[in-house]
Amino acid sequence: MTDQVSMAPEKVIPPAPGSPVAAEPRKQRTLTADVWRQFRQHKGGVIGAIVFLTIIFLVVFGPSIHGIDPSALNVRERNAGISFAHPMGTDNLGRDTFAQILAGGRTSLSVGVTAMMLSLLLGTTIGVMAGYFKKLEGPLMRLTDLFLALPLLPLLLVIIMLFRDTLRRSFGPETGIFMLIVFVIGITSWMQTARIVRGAVLSVKEQEFVLAAKSIGTRERRVITRHILPNVLSPIMVSATLGIATAIITESALSFLGLGFPSDYPTWGRLLFDGVNFMQINPSRVIWPGLAISLTVLSVNYIGDGIRDALDPRIRGR
Amino acid sequence: MKKLTTFLTGTAAAIAMTAGAAQAERGSDGHLNILYWQAVSILNPFLSGGTKDVEGSSLVIEPLAKFNEKGEMVPALVDEIPTVENGGVAEDLKSITWVISEGLMWSDGTPVTAEDVKFTAEYCMAEDGGCQQVANFTDVESVEAVDERTVKVNFSIPKPYPYGPFVGAQSPIIQKAQFADCVGARAPECTEANFGPIGTGPFVVTRFAANDVIELEANPNYRDAAKPAFATVTLKGGGDAASAARAVMETGEFDYAWNLQVEPEILAQMEAAGRGELISSFGTSVERINLNMTDPSPDKGDDRSTVEAGPHPFLSDPAVRRALSIALDRELIVEAGYGETGRPTCNILPAPEAYASKNVDWCLTQDIEEANRLLDEAGWMPGGDGIREKDGVRLSILYSTSTNSVRQATQALVKDMWQQIGVESELRNVDAAVFFGGDPASPDTFQKFYADVLMYTNNFDGTDPEKYMAEWLCDDAPKPQNGWLGANIPRFCSEEYDALVKKMGETAPLEERQALAIQMNDILTNEGAHLPLVHRGDVSAKSTTLNGVLMNSWDSELWNAADWTRAE
Repeated sequence: MTDQVSMAPEKVIPPAPGSPVAAEPRKQRTLTADVWRQFRQHKGGVIGAIVFLTIIFLVVFGPSIHGIDPSALNVRERNAGISFAHPMGTDNLGRDTFAQILAGGRTSLSVGVTAMMLSLLLGTTIGVMAGYFKKLEGPLMRLTDLFLALPLLPLLLVIIMLFRDTLRRSFGPETGIFMLIVFVIGITSWMQTARIVRGAVLSVKEQEFVLAAKSIGTRERRVITRHILPNVLSPIMVSATLGIATAIITESALSFLGLGFPSDYPTWGRLLFDGVNFMQINPSRVIWPGLAISLTVLSVNYIGDGIRDALDPRIRGR
Repeated sequence: MKKLTTFLTGTAAAIAMTAGAAQAERGSDGHLNILYWQAVSILNPFLSGGTKDVEGSSLVIEPLAKFNEKGEMVPALVDEIPTVENGGVAEDLKSITWVISEGLMWSDGTPVTAEDVKFTAEYCMAEDGGCQQVANFTDVESVEAVDERTVKVNFSIPKPYPYGPFVGAQSPIIQKAQFADCVGARAPECTEANFGPIGTGPFVVTRFAANDVIELEANPNYRDAAKPAFATVTLKGGGDAASAARAVMETGEFDYAWNLQVEPEILAQMEAAGRGELISSFGTSVERINLNMTDPSPDKGDDRSTVEAGPHPFLSDPAVRRALSIALDRELIVEAGYGETGRPTCNILPAPEAYASKNVDWCLTQDIEEANRLLDEAGWMPGGDGIREKDGVRLSILYSTSTNSVRQATQALVKDMWQQIGVESELRNVDAAVFFGGDPASPDTFQKFYADVLMYTNNFDGTDPEKYMAEWLCDDAPKPQNGWLGANIPRFCSEEYDALVKKMGETAPLEERQALAIQMNDILTNEGAHLPLVHRGDVSAKSTTLNGVLMNSWDSELWNAADWTRAE
């Protein structure tokens, strides 16, 4: 029954006006509507989506409501507790923690999402190619193995050493580093996606509807985009959500090693790292960024779970 | 091997017990736990420049004379310090004669002789030996063993300060019998000797695990029969500064922890737990910002940050350097990052007292207005975004340092202060192992200086600044030709300064040497070779039950471990 998904009509034919059915038209089912209906059934997914959207809303619009500059120093008000002016207190240089979390969220989330998209694009392309074209399978999967076997840290060091100054000059320190980090995370995390997608493609491409499509002479590009991709969407979505989480955590690890953004450029990972020593004096310095990372990762994972269920036609039927 | 160790330990314990019976004190205070969070990797300071290794080895091997906590020289293996007055130093300043104390023994029971001292010099000065402390033997022509206990060091030129060789933890005496086969290129191969030197110090090594832990026990032949008070010592490595402080002051697992550069409020909070206390002393460490006098632009390729690249586009302007200095609120930097363990300073040579300049205090008070005025006058005008520029050159600084939370906090403060005078800065931090690693292949080492300004701490050992002040010689700038190993990090170059360095090498009277050092210090600060920020104290922590610790910034911190005792 899977082929119904891909063969669902794209356009809803409007019923003729004046016909008796028109008064109470039977809703035409579309893939999006189906998926959305199913997704709403998934309680975790819905809560995750709400939390994630709230975080995004706060991060995007928060700075205009809470108008303190995240990098403004005020040593006299350092290590302050919760107050009206500083809802999450201040750090050891008097910077407002709430403002830093909001600013850090922008960076962390955009790094997470962009790096995820890059790795997804790479992973899916390589996975589909390897799964669909038998000739390419060997070389592409060995390439994947090669990347999996690469020691990540030395690779990062070399990439950053080679390109940091060039990018910094062309795009400025922050954009340059942003591109570098997104690139580095993207090209070092696509392998799992590629493997999973390849597996899914291998099983889908042997199914009857694909054979049918081929037998009527559908071009391969069309087979892939129209029949294969929609049916491997669920593993892709899942690795996408996991990818965001991994990217956020990898970015924190890079900041930890001094390879990431400049030290005054807040990201959640850096805020957490800087706060660890102050845990006893000012617990809020680790609680808030930690909570932000955990909530984002958790909510994104739940969304992924929900989408996976919603996209799986076997579950959706029930 | 294990059997042998057990046997040896047993024998040593038996000896220690006999000794203990005869003299009531030695080994009576049980076990001592010391934590060096940068783990000791070798116990031969001639093969390692690392402070941790030098200090670790000072428990086992000793120099002829040490520096005490006030920076004064005190005899260790000799009875008196040779001077011109007592005839130990020749009138022409070309030789110094040391007389080893009578009856001095190595920990294996053999006597310490002049031959051992002579051998030590040969060992360090040997070709291909890779001796890290060879600077202590500069201008040494020969070392003669005059008799069993007398050793004479001959210099090729008159040495106003002849206490380079055999003084301080970096120049200890090693046993000829043990190291005789380890001279020159074979030095690093003698693992057993390098990991367990036979010494004259209060303790002997029983087990050595490189970069991890060292077990020691009291030296049965130590020169003072009543010392050391501790029977055994564990010198453990690993962790970081904050966890080391916690291990002594909060959990009490260790008795002593070294080098705690941690934010003052964190240390204060740990200290409040009451199990330990902070001890600090001020040596010669100065946290400074070096200004790059050469062009670090990547366009210059291999010439980057060398004299060939030409002068720096804006730091070569004296007005800019001075403005950057007076824009800094050093008090605030101390308050936020150092607390009791730092003092604002404008001197690159802040100690010893007699060498410290009192002339350059213009940079101690922050004066944003004056800084702005200087820049206006020099023609650096604020552009559209508030950043000053002249002839298309923006005052935009790449500010690099090593990764350490105190340094990153200082960076943030400095960036904010410079912002107020229309100077923009981009912060970068590099892992300390890379930054100080000195790997000529890495672009991020402090010697390469591929940045506009660079912040770190430097100091010198002992109390004589001659060698230290010679670091700013034109010729000593790091460059590809010398493998980036020069000490003149800011690439400062002044004929006047070079002449003064030369003059100091030829001047003997103490007062004149002090005046010269002060003059050089003033030139460096006034010319803006760097911006001195904080005169940093060394901070360590000791358990409240540990007595006799005298914090020492001039020698090893463990210099008087023989006198440490356990309070009841």
